[in-house]
Amino acid sequence: MEFGPFLLLALMEGLVTAAVLALTASGLSLVFGIMRVVNVAHGAFFMLGAVLAWFTAQWVPGPPAVAFAVALIVCPLIVGAIAALADTAILKRLNYEPEATIVATIGLLYILEQAALSLFGPDARPVPAPFNIRLQLPWFGYSGYKLAVVAAAIIVLLGVWLILKHTRAGLVMRATQIDRDTARAFGINVDRVYAGVFAMGAGLAAIAAVLIVPIQQAHYLMGGDPLLLSFIVVIIGGLGSLRGTLVAALLIGLSDGVISTFFAPTLAKIIATLVVALVLVFRPQGLFGTRTT
Amino acid sequence: MNGTRALALHLGVLALLLALHFLAPSYHHTNIARIMVLAIYAMGYNIAFGYTGLLSLGHALLFGAGLYGAGLLVYHADAHATLALIAGVLAGGALAFAVGLLALRTAGVAFMIVTLMFAQAGYLTILYFGSYTRGDEGIVIPRAARMLGSLDLSDDGTRYLVALTLFAIALLCNLALVRSPFGRVMVAMRENEERSRMLGYNPFTVKLAALTVSGLYSGLSGAAYGLMFGYVGAGLASVQYSILPMLYVLLGGAGTVLGPFLGALLMFYLIDYASSVTDAHQFVTGAALVLLVLFAPKGILGTIRARAGARGAEWLP
Amino acid sequence: MSNKLITPNPSRRAVLGGIAAGGALLTTGLGARFAQAQSSAPIKLGFQLHRTGIGASYGRWYERTATAALKVLNDAGGINGRPVEILFEDDGTDPKRGAEVVEKFATQHKCDIGFGTLFSHVVMGSAPRAGELKLPYFVVSEGHHVASGALNRWTLQPGITDVKSQVLSMAPWVLQNLGKKVTMVFPDYAFGHDHRDYFTQAVQANGGEVIAQVAIPPTETTFTRYFPKIPRETEVLYHVMVGPAVLTFVKELGEFYGTGARPEIFGFIDSLEAVNIASPGLEFLEGTHFWEGHPRYLQEGASEAELAYRAAVGVDDTGASVSDPADVATYAHMFSVWETLFAVKAGMEAAGYQGPDDRQKFVEAMEAIAAFDEGAEHPQGPKVFNGKTHQAFGLQSISKVEGGKLKRVHQTTMEDGFYPDEVDYTTMSF
Repeated sequence: MEFGPFLLLALMEGLVTAAVLALTASGLSLVFGIMRVVNVAHGAFFMLGAVLAWFTAQWVPGPPAVAFAVALIVCPLIVGAIAALADTAILKRLNYEPEATIVATIGLLYILEQAALSLFGPDARPVPAPFNIRLQLPWFGYSGYKLAVVAAAIIVLLGVWLILKHTRAGLVMRATQIDRDTARAFGINVDRVYAGVFAMGAGLAAIAAVLIVPIQQAHYLMGGDPLLLSFIVVIIGGLGSLRGTLVAALLIGLSDGVISTFFAPTLAKIIATLVVALVLVFRPQGLFGTRTT
Repeated sequence: MNGTRALALHLGVLALLLALHFLAPSYHHTNIARIMVLAIYAMGYNIAFGYTGLLSLGHALLFGAGLYGAGLLVYHADAHATLALIAGVLAGGALAFAVGLLALRTAGVAFMIVTLMFAQAGYLTILYFGSYTRGDEGIVIPRAARMLGSLDLSDDGTRYLVALTLFAIALLCNLALVRSPFGRVMVAMRENEERSRMLGYNPFTVKLAALTVSGLYSGLSGAAYGLMFGYVGAGLASVQYSILPMLYVLLGGAGTVLGPFLGALLMFYLIDYASSVTDAHQFVTGAALVLLVLFAPKGILGTIRARAGARGAEWLP
Repeated sequence: MSNKLITPNPSRRAVLGGIAAGGALLTTGLGARFAQAQSSAPIKLGFQLHRTGIGASYGRWYERTATAALKVLNDAGGINGRPVEILFEDDGTDPKRGAEVVEKFATQHKCDIGFGTLFSHVVMGSAPRAGELKLPYFVVSEGHHVASGALNRWTLQPGITDVKSQVLSMAPWVLQNLGKKVTMVFPDYAFGHDHRDYFTQAVQANGGEVIAQVAIPPTETTFTRYFPKIPRETEVLYHVMVGPAVLTFVKELGEFYGTGARPEIFGFIDSLEAVNIASPGLEFLEGTHFWEGHPRYLQEGASEAELAYRAAVGVDDTGASVSDPADVATYAHMFSVWETLFAVKAGMEAAGYQGPDDRQKFVEAMEAIAAFDEGAEHPQGPKVFNGKTHQAFGLQSISKVEGGKLKRVHQTTMEDGFYPDEVDYTTMSF
């Protein structure tokens, strides 16, 4: 294939990766930023969203688009509720100690994966896309749905931004992020804020999963990769900086798409991984974070 | 006085393990041999994490360095197993030193991610050089090559005693390390980096030294695993094997010398038991971890030590 | 019972034949059925099962197949007149846990053998321990590791052809019928490298050319970006992917080529094992070809043994579970579990196997076996067994997708898959 179309394909693929990554990572970033919690189960919440989308597709009659729309609303709510429950029942009692939360969320990850394996099974199962439009470009074909995923991700992220900046809930969250004790002194129910933030973070992962599942199938081990990549994106972007997370998602998604298109794939992955590590070594606060120590 | 109690306890544990060599049924005998080898890895992790406060998510790289450092030498260069074992230890230490030089410029979550990334790059490198490593499938070390001098590592009895010897050395060195002045500096670094800096210690040097020691332990464990159990594969250098020692340490008790061994032992039997009673054994493991952090957040020995007050530290350094 | 086992011990076969011939025995009680046994204690087989982890899709079906085969085996009188039982232990598809499970079989459960392992890394991690514990260990990984000599005298693969033989036997047909210029897409790890090396070798030997090799990193979950690496002049695209992302791979390939011109496509069914071919997005597979170890769709003129096997494992004519049409079997591979069990039976009966003390005699008897005839015990087809390399050789199918179904268009001959021995395990010590 000629260079131009080749690059175009790489960029389109990168954009899809970036969009889904941005959604998943912004959920992690919220939890990270506001609660200072490393949520290892974030990938499991992502997986849960995809698995629930499959169940929804089985149960909701009518055209796939209807089931998809239902899944897009119901799955994040269910996943969010599970997350809120986990927060109140477990994380709160641990007082959000970093090491304890890591172990607890690893435990949670095992429990959720086992639940998916027992109830959903070990196979990768497809979920029909709400619509099937194939764009036939002169050089290659491309899925129209993938482009819709990018658009949907942008809309959801805009929504998150509006909530954070322009609603009372967002104000409360930001206040809690800056100083939890002062927030409490001003009558903010910090416990509820935390449960809400944890639920929202998980819900965002679930939305990302519902969007990606017509492309990638639901599978009980699918959470590993999104977790790793989201972590990288959040750190590279700078802890707790939502803007940084978005830029980093775009950067990582696009470069992943382009680099692995033009170089020996495994070697490219090695180099890309090392580059991420070195960026952090020489700029530990991330690209957009401010140095705190 | 202070020292003798702890020393007595640790020697007692070693004596018990020696007694088990004669008493344990053969299934448990082989398991304990493997657990001792993996406990060395967890001890190494504990030196970095439990004592110095370096929460790494990339120790599989160091375990893998030992595994492949020893395995490839034996497999491709017909090296003597003794030499390979030493090479594995050094490979772990050297790689830890190199990673430390870069990664220790960061702290906290960034340190976790940097180590994770380095380990991931290492894992992919093993796959990339598949013509030497056979990638994920891995290589089987021929039985004839697994001779430590005149000791045949493929023999169950010999393996147990060699594992116990290596474990004993590692355990006693660990005990000596944490009670040495340097060990106290490590803990000081974990508790309050600023203050120890003001006391004249260079945090970077201290952490680098601790991480290197941790790498030597991990390398020893990896090399011993490959030579004793005859298998060297990329799966053993994957991210799960970075999480594993962390779980062992947190379960047994971070910052206790015996904790890693206890954690490895309990974790093994927990999984073994759970999978014999239910198909959904991951659920049992997961629930056990959650209950553990809820009710014994410092790990088992950590909790016991805290409950025992001042005397606890005399027994469990 | 039309099938006969080729064993060097005719007298024992005659005894068993006598039991089996009396069909009425099937309906009599346990005591009568196992009356011939010198010891009526059951023979215990340890099954190393991928119940969790990356191999779980296969594991579920392997457990079903083993259970079904066991029922047939016991209904026909067990082994040496003794009942047989299988202990399933999850290995998490992990090489370390795999080794521990082998130890558990040998030292805790006192199993007579261990068997059933599919994933190569678990085989590699477990086989050394099986050798040290002198536990006969029967794998079904298709890996060339057995016949290459990497393992030991206690490890055998009598139930399925290895990948080297599969690939060599199909290359001539692919080159003659689909095209000479081949591009290969494979996962960048050992399993993919075996395909790369042996198929490239076979292509050259048959006057073709591999013009590009696209190795895909094993951590990948999306593939579109690799497809532009497939050269335009490619005549045959050879793909073999495994793992949960395979469906994505095939769908994205379809999107990429779409309605435009595309090369002939030849894939290993591994890329679609446990996946319904009628899944949305797979329409483009129409007209493409697949290797199948054992045809998923019931073929015309299928043998009675095939029908009986299909019914016993609970799979319908389309390769899905009879109880849930959405639950597609790993049909192309799982026969290996069934056939291994009956190979073990043949070996144990040839050896007059009584208990763990006879394990060495049993392995020697296995090595003396030269072939397994097609029949109820070997429904996939006849096998030639090479006692020196511990490896079985069988017939491979090439199927074409026609009307959304896989239809066999070619079956290789036994000779197509032979290659010179690379090891002689019989000269090694136990």
